[in-house]
Amino acid sequence: MRAKGKTIKYGDNIDTDIIIPARYLNIMDRKELASHCMEDLDADFAKKVNDGDIIVAGSNFGCGSSREHAPQVIKDSGVGCVIAESFARIFYRNAINIGLPIIECPEAAKAINDGDEVEINFDTGDIKDITKNESFKAQPFPGFLQSMINAGGLINYINEKSENKQ
Amino acid sequence: MGMTMSQKILAAHTGKNELEAGELIEADIDLVLGNDITSPVAIREMAKINADKVYDKDKVVLVMDHFVPNKDIKSAENAKTCREFACSQCISHFYDVGKMGIEHALIPEKGLCLPGDLVVGADSHTVTYGALGAFSTGVGSTDMAAAMATGKLWFKVPQAIRIRLKGKPSKYVTGKDLILHIIGKIGVDGALYQSMEFCGEGVKYLSMDDRLAICNMAIEAGGKNGIFPVDDQTLEYVATHLSEKNRALFGENADIEEIKKGIGSVIGHIYEADDDAVYAAELEIDLSELKPTVSFPHLPSNTRTIDEAEDMKVKIDQVVIGSCTNGRISDMRQAAEVLKGRKVADNVRCIIIPATQEIYLQSMREGLLEIFIEAGAVVSTPTCGPCLGGHMGILADKERCVSTTNRNFVGRMGAKTSEVYLASPYVAAASAVTGYISSPASIM
Repeated sequence: MRAKGKTIKYGDNIDTDIIIPARYLNIMDRKELASHCMEDLDADFAKKVNDGDIIVAGSNFGCGSSREHAPQVIKDSGVGCVIAESFARIFYRNAINIGLPIIECPEAAKAINDGDEVEINFDTGDIKDITKNESFKAQPFPGFLQSMINAGGLINYINEKSENKQ
Repeated sequence: MGMTMSQKILAAHTGKNELEAGELIEADIDLVLGNDITSPVAIREMAKINADKVYDKDKVVLVMDHFVPNKDIKSAENAKTCREFACSQCISHFYDVGKMGIEHALIPEKGLCLPGDLVVGADSHTVTYGALGAFSTGVGSTDMAAAMATGKLWFKVPQAIRIRLKGKPSKYVTGKDLILHIIGKIGVDGALYQSMEFCGEGVKYLSMDDRLAICNMAIEAGGKNGIFPVDDQTLEYVATHLSEKNRALFGENADIEEIKKGIGSVIGHIYEADDDAVYAAELEIDLSELKPTVSFPHLPSNTRTIDEAEDMKVKIDQVVIGSCTNGRISDMRQAAEVLKGRKVADNVRCIIIPATQEIYLQSMREGLLEIFIEAGAVVSTPTCGPCLGGHMGILADKERCVSTTNRNFVGRMGAKTSEVYLASPYVAAASAVTGYISSPASIM
């Protein structure tokens, strides 16, 4: 699996209230919900984000609430991948569970600039900043998580497992 | 190699004698929790799994607490989705308006979590029940769906930070001050992916309400769970907060002492960390040196002692006393101790939210509600409401609030230019009286 796109860069501790403020959590329509993604930090995000764009951020991305709405609005905004120095644990689980590609790589997250063109190979963990012609290596996911990612998330993974049993 | 207390609970739920940090496991879940925000998404996801029924109707708890009593039509629709699901699945523990409370105050109070349990909840503050000696952690809605359908969930076995407590806290220093102090010390990702395991002779000076508040905010340091050893106070709390089902396991005439003796055998399991357990880091805190602590905007780690905060003359517009962190009976008593015979300052709105119906009733019986109302505060029905900027006390542009809640992120309680200062009920009540962030000692 690969992702390629232009980056939008943010700082450390991007919390779930920033990603999707709780005042919108009564909205079940995913398209409407996604229109509020990042709005308290970056009011233009929903307008400027293009399909395949890549979010690059510092440490502890997605800290705070357990709301799955957070990775969901990022995915529904068209973002192809989030690269961060580190992820908060519930966000990390949620992203994998719903099939939002994420990759943890402090070196890449620090070096890549806003607006750079970046390509990621998830199978090898290779991250390439095409604009700067720099390459980085992230740790690939442990096998079990990779198989869940390959299945497209936790629900598909469970369904595949139960079908295999039958 | 020895195991931490958290690792032992995970091992027991995986059917293994030994686990190592970093191992990926699939564990059996004792309790699955969701609220009116996260459950509708989980219900939608569960419909995609080849399972018609929840794995155990007695082990799924749905609490309507965030946007209730329904703040608008969309919230009402979401609560209705949960209500209909609970009805069709015959869920035993569905808590709606009139029976509900803020989930993390309600579940220990109803005796739904026992020492040694493995609990997951689609709410990050599910970490609260570590105070009872359980392994309890927050997950998302898809995890909740999977746990409801299968009774199992995957985990990465965590390392732990051991936090050794010594000394006795002085007057006006609470569990809230301790956890804010720790977060200030280690940072909002200081315990990322790790357990925070508390121990030491200082534990005995922390009430159960203190411990619940401390574990509640383990997530604010990035922690996977917070956990306290089980001692006599834990046993006393559990024995006096039994579910009907668990009470029935003891003889009709069994007294508190008999029930306490049965915790760990008749109900629940008591785990202790091995002496040779390995910790990723160790921290020692002398409780006698702690001061009331305030987290300034916009991170819980941005802490100052009350002396520093008071010197800054921070003028406030609102005070909120409540939430899953500090809406328990001792929090109500602390607020009343300060507000008794005093008045909320002009131009300050003071909103007090007992966390459950039981706490509301107890506050009424003790005359606390009368003290609050006479002081000029308002008392609300249980709700998470203002803590997450839902309803019941939203802040306008540039307004400031001293709050006993758990997060002070940008826009958390309302306008993105508003500010939330996290503190204990003592500090919040004192600040309500003066109109500035204040030490209770300054006015008492």
